[in-house]
Amino acid sequence: MEHKAGPLNKKFWTPGVLVMLVFMIAGGISILARFTGGIGYITNLTNARPWGLWVGVDVATGVALAAGGFTTAALAHIFGKHYYEPVTRPALLTAALGYTFVVLGLLVDIGRSWAIWKPIFNWNTNSVLFEVAMCVMVYLHVLYIEFIPVVAEQFKDRVNLPGPLSVFNGLIDMILKIADAILDKIMWVFIILGVVLSCMHQSSLGSLMLIAPTKLHPLWYTPILPLLFLLSAFAVGYPMVVFETTIASSSFNLDSEMNILAPLTRITVFLLGIYMFFKLGDMFVRGTYTYLLDGNYQTNSFIVEMLFGVMIPWVMLLFEKVRNSRRGVFTAASLIVGGVVLNRINVFIVGYKPPLSDNGYFPAPGEFFVTLGLIATLMFVYRLVVTWLPVLQESKEVPS
Amino acid sequence: MQLSRRSFFKIMGAAGASVTALPPSANAWKSKAPPDPYGCLVDLTRCVGCRKCEEACAEVNGLPTPERPNCQCIVFDKKRRPDDKAYTVVNRYFTGKLDQFDKPLPTYAKVQCMHCQDPACVSACIVGALTKDETGAVRYDATKCIGCRYCMVACPFEIPAYEYHDPITPRVIKCSFCYDRISKKGGLPGCATICPTEALTFGKRETIVKVAQKRLEENPGKYIDHVYGEKEVGGTSWLYISSVPFEKVNLPVLSDKPSPKLSETIQHSLFSYLWSPLALFGVLGALMYKSNKNQGEPENKGGY
Repeated sequence: MEHKAGPLNKKFWTPGVLVMLVFMIAGGISILARFTGGIGYITNLTNARPWGLWVGVDVATGVALAAGGFTTAALAHIFGKHYYEPVTRPALLTAALGYTFVVLGLLVDIGRSWAIWKPIFNWNTNSVLFEVAMCVMVYLHVLYIEFIPVVAEQFKDRVNLPGPLSVFNGLIDMILKIADAILDKIMWVFIILGVVLSCMHQSSLGSLMLIAPTKLHPLWYTPILPLLFLLSAFAVGYPMVVFETTIASSSFNLDSEMNILAPLTRITVFLLGIYMFFKLGDMFVRGTYTYLLDGNYQTNSFIVEMLFGVMIPWVMLLFEKVRNSRRGVFTAASLIVGGVVLNRINVFIVGYKPPLSDNGYFPAPGEFFVTLGLIATLMFVYRLVVTWLPVLQESKEVPS
Repeated sequence: MQLSRRSFFKIMGAAGASVTALPPSANAWKSKAPPDPYGCLVDLTRCVGCRKCEEACAEVNGLPTPERPNCQCIVFDKKRRPDDKAYTVVNRYFTGKLDQFDKPLPTYAKVQCMHCQDPACVSACIVGALTKDETGAVRYDATKCIGCRYCMVACPFEIPAYEYHDPITPRVIKCSFCYDRISKKGGLPGCATICPTEALTFGKRETIVKVAQKRLEENPGKYIDHVYGEKEVGGTSWLYISSVPFEKVNLPVLSDKPSPKLSETIQHSLFSYLWSPLALFGVLGALMYKSNKNQGEPENKGGY
């Protein structure tokens, strides 16, 4: 456990990276088409269905899955469980990248991308979306600030800009050192701020749909939707860390971090249990279980979400055998992550059905290309960063 | 683990409370409806589906000429919605009513923005590009709009349309209640100037509600005993009376609760003066201080 985070310094161009590149190019072409022909040119969005795959996945799901950032920060830094510190950096990087791509996704989705700054000056405090936007904007900057020490650690005393830029070496080095020194003293403000802002907009993303009671299926429409969104963000944070740490350590052939991941899943049993309790309780209090056997695509999607995304992984994690097995933990974590992804898709796409004018919606290929392209770019940048900056735990001797 | 669980209970408690609990000081939600707005009554028993209102609307608002302006036949074969080219459209419904020769009787229904008293779109709009005017008109200011389309998600009548094929400066399109005309003395919305059967009656909303109620009283058995829009989603500026159930002509059954009430109540009880984020900040700060002191370590050494 006395490992230290370090750059990977491994080969960057692998076949996997080339596959990512293909998706990035397809996404790039689609984005070009969107900015020449309009949103309608490459999407199936209609007046009845103004929000589709991009809002449901790129934005709502992106925010939910970046919850690992604030949940690990709370655990390691606020509750003082320094044991978990090795996972805070990768989680922070995922969160920073996740929110960056939420904003990029929004830039593609909103009709007037160039006007994205306008909410800063035109406030509508009645609007849930206004609050979400403000929180996301500030939180994105908080995440960048939290990442500065990682950059400083790598480049302090080693700033070496190419060519004529090298005259700035000293200056940049000085800025890095000063920033690092100041941040060392006041980082606690940003850490707490990050958790507070996360609680605010994670829950408010759920409030977004409260204004459309006739459009969202009653299985999801509940006045406690913001609470459910917050609880599911709490619940998905550590599974997301398990998910990406496991993938990263097998992909980069690093030490398995089961000694940290196993206890994280014990907390998950508790957090996921609370979410499940409220979700099922809400269903029984409002009597919406009567819809469960309707057998249409909406109710079936709800059943899949609850069964495979919440109940089965929760039961799995009750067993110590599962919690101590790398495969078991990874399977349960993947199910939980999938469950929260499906929940956001259900609330924003599947469960959303305008009663008067809906003609059904399925995302167009262009929408998939943009979403997949953004995800591929995110993974590409993640790989770039962990290759050159001290984010992941330094690797064991590479077996030949 | 014991300690971590307890800490988690605390934060869950704080966060949970901030989401659900309403502080006693929170003011009850108040309607922001204008005191004396205009209104317009649509009497579906009078409408003959001539679609002159569509034509007049297009003309005064500089919109493209409606599809087959003189056609009362095949244009009705499909159900149309207001879109980025038309603020209002008339649809034909066969609701099961028969004439004396047992032939099905059509009912025609004009649809446009209802200009709600407490509009969901106005509450939802992230930048306040949509506003409820003193005249009752829900107005749209494209210069503020960022194109998030949350208004379209929020609208219970599914009215706002979008210029999906404009790549850079698309606008939200919907009936303006002919704001420029009705804000002048004696001005009428384009559609209401032309209706040959007086199916449209424009005036102060208060008066219009009385006109509607009078018609219901004076013609017992002719109308469904309900003025649609008087109470729906807290009241709308456009009102309908009909001899067939409203849901059969695509006017949805809606509760009397104003659409923005729930979300605005939650938002304001949580975030007025940012009391709950500040409280959470304080709780977390105290926890952080305590946990780091207990472990005898300098606060957050090394940051991340």
